Amino acid sequence: MVGVLMTTPESARVEPEAAQPDVETTVAELAPLYRQMLAIRRMEEACAKAYSQGKIGGFLHLIIGQEAVCVGAVAAIQRDDYVVATYREHGHAYAKGIAARPIMAELYGKKTGLVKGLGGSMHLFDKATNFLGGHGIVGGHVPIGAGAALASKYRGDGRVTLCFFGDGASTIGGFAEGLALAALWKLPLVLICENNRYSMGTPLYRSLAVEDVSLRALAHGMARDRFDGDDVVKVKRRIAEAVERARTTGEPTLVEIVTYRFRGHSMSDPGLYRTKDEVEEWKRRDPLHRSRDRLLTLGMAPAELEALEEDVRLEIEDSVRFAEESPAADSYLPYVIKE
Amino acid sequence: MPIISYREALNQAMREEMERDASIFVMGEEVGHYNGAYKVTQGLLQRFSERRVIDAPIAEMGFAGIGVGAAMVGLRPIIEFMTFNFSLVAIDQIVNNAAKIFQMSGGQFNIPIVFRGPGGPAVQVGSQHSQALESFYAHIPGLKVVMPSTAYDAKGLLKAAIRDDNPVICIEGETLYGTTGEVPTEDYIVPIGKGDIKREGKDITLVAWSKMVWTCLDAAKQLEAQGISCEVLDPRSLRPLDVELLVSSVRKTGRCVVVEVGWPMCGYGAEIAYQVQRHCMDALDAPVERVTSDDVPMPYAKNLEDRCSRSRET
Repeated sequence: MVGVLMTTPESARVEPEAAQPDVETTVAELAPLYRQMLAIRRMEEACAKAYSQGKIGGFLHLIIGQEAVCVGAVAAIQRDDYVVATYREHGHAYAKGIAARPIMAELYGKKTGLVKGLGGSMHLFDKATNFLGGHGIVGGHVPIGAGAALASKYRGDGRVTLCFFGDGASTIGGFAEGLALAALWKLPLVLICENNRYSMGTPLYRSLAVEDVSLRALAHGMARDRFDGDDVVKVKRRIAEAVERARTTGEPTLVEIVTYRFRGHSMSDPGLYRTKDEVEEWKRRDPLHRSRDRLLTLGMAPAELEALEEDVRLEIEDSVRFAEESPAADSYLPYVIKE
Repeated sequence: MPIISYREALNQAMREEMERDASIFVMGEEVGHYNGAYKVTQGLLQRFSERRVIDAPIAEMGFAGIGVGAAMVGLRPIIEFMTFNFSLVAIDQIVNNAAKIFQMSGGQFNIPIVFRGPGGPAVQVGSQHSQALESFYAHIPGLKVVMPSTAYDAKGLLKAAIRDDNPVICIEGETLYGTTGEVPTEDYIVPIGKGDIKREGKDITLVAWSKMVWTCLDAAKQLEAQGISCEVLDPRSLRPLDVELLVSSVRKTGRCVVVEVGWPMCGYGAEIAYQVQRHCMDALDAPVERVTSDDVPMPYAKNLEDRCSRSRET
């Protein structure tokens, strides 16, 4: 019967590309990016452990597998540029320059947390690094990103805003309106769709009539780009092009980066909607391992690499200890209304 | 003192504040070239240019959220909703973002933004355009809600809202724009959270805001002829509420009726009634009464609209 299946037609499906060759780089460029990705991976693993011990509550959405996207993209901007992210944002916050200690303490609900125990995993904010959250309503933060970009245009401060969201946000109104207004008003914004192929448990082919999210840019006359997120250096280079466009011409770009989360949507999700083979296939493309192999190929001394990894281990262990030993959150009233 | 319209008072408030502070801008549908659907932003585009008076396409969620984002990084947007009925498609931005980001960010990012526009039923515009939504917004911690009834209050409250470091909902009376009143030429504000006695009396306190203040003043005149002295209390701000003024008035009169154009169920009058019984129990000579619209979506036909709006006691 015609029209029974409400899925993407074959002609509008996009299979992930096979792994692409490495983008040219150096140890000096790649090593710090690898370090950030590793720190995020270890931080997320520590979060998962603490969550299973009941030390972290609420929802916990891990980014394991997608680290190259936030690390590569944030590496392409300046320190005072703005970043707006979703509830899966520990990595983005770390990449923007927020230390592991206040992030971990926030997840533990402690007074020393980044937002004093008032936000938790989904609501990290940091004025010092221009990290504008940490948003829990899918797509609702896209207009906020456009607003920060509008402020930059208003002031002529030359800043660029990166706004991250998932493929699942591409169906909601906040994304549609943010995209339309950013294009109309030529805002210095880079909209980054982290397409991990599932909006929670629903695959792309049951969410989108056309799987290529970047095509939405065409309707608005907006520049677009689409590529895989396996190689952190590639992410950095391609986002840098969009950032350059925003900074010099003030025009936005819609960038779609194809990636994969190795864990479920949140800690309560065992991910049964995906086959083991599919997950294993993506794990073979793990951006973290790829960068490590690349560093060795580029001639980084194994001892040096191991020292870097030991340093990361100590940093994350320290953040957990800091969170464990910090005093409990103690106050919320002063932050409802600014006097 | 010059006598100007409520509309002109609001216009002056925006104009004067924009002259004072370059971080203030106005954004909304038809606010610029069209001079405002209700002409409240008349002339602002000519004075301040397209950079600061921004015509938005029909995308309330988008431009309300853009306002929130701009406010996060230090601008002070005034977002006009053509009517507050349309704020419902932007409510995610108001409730989930504007009201919560100061708290969610541990006090790092306050949101100095004003959402303003007309609210309340007008005349025969049907159910989707005839709503009093102040109870919705007054329910939300992190927001302030003001509802001026006079030209003086309109200018003073809007100025206070623009200077406030928090999100403020300013619901203007759709049928009050043409009303006039005395407005001083020198700079002043009406502090948010301070109510006003619009008429002094000793037998009963009528609590009303926006358009219903005028209805209550008329009623007070009629009741005076019957020997009943009404005090008309205009809270002006619904959040925060001037509980002190409410309590002192009801303690004096011993009676209280709340008059609102909205629906009865969970309406703002219920909160007033709660505060009165909580703080004035021993001074009350009668239960607190509420006058509201009927508990239905507003009908179109004039006779039905009148029946629906008229003095339902709950």
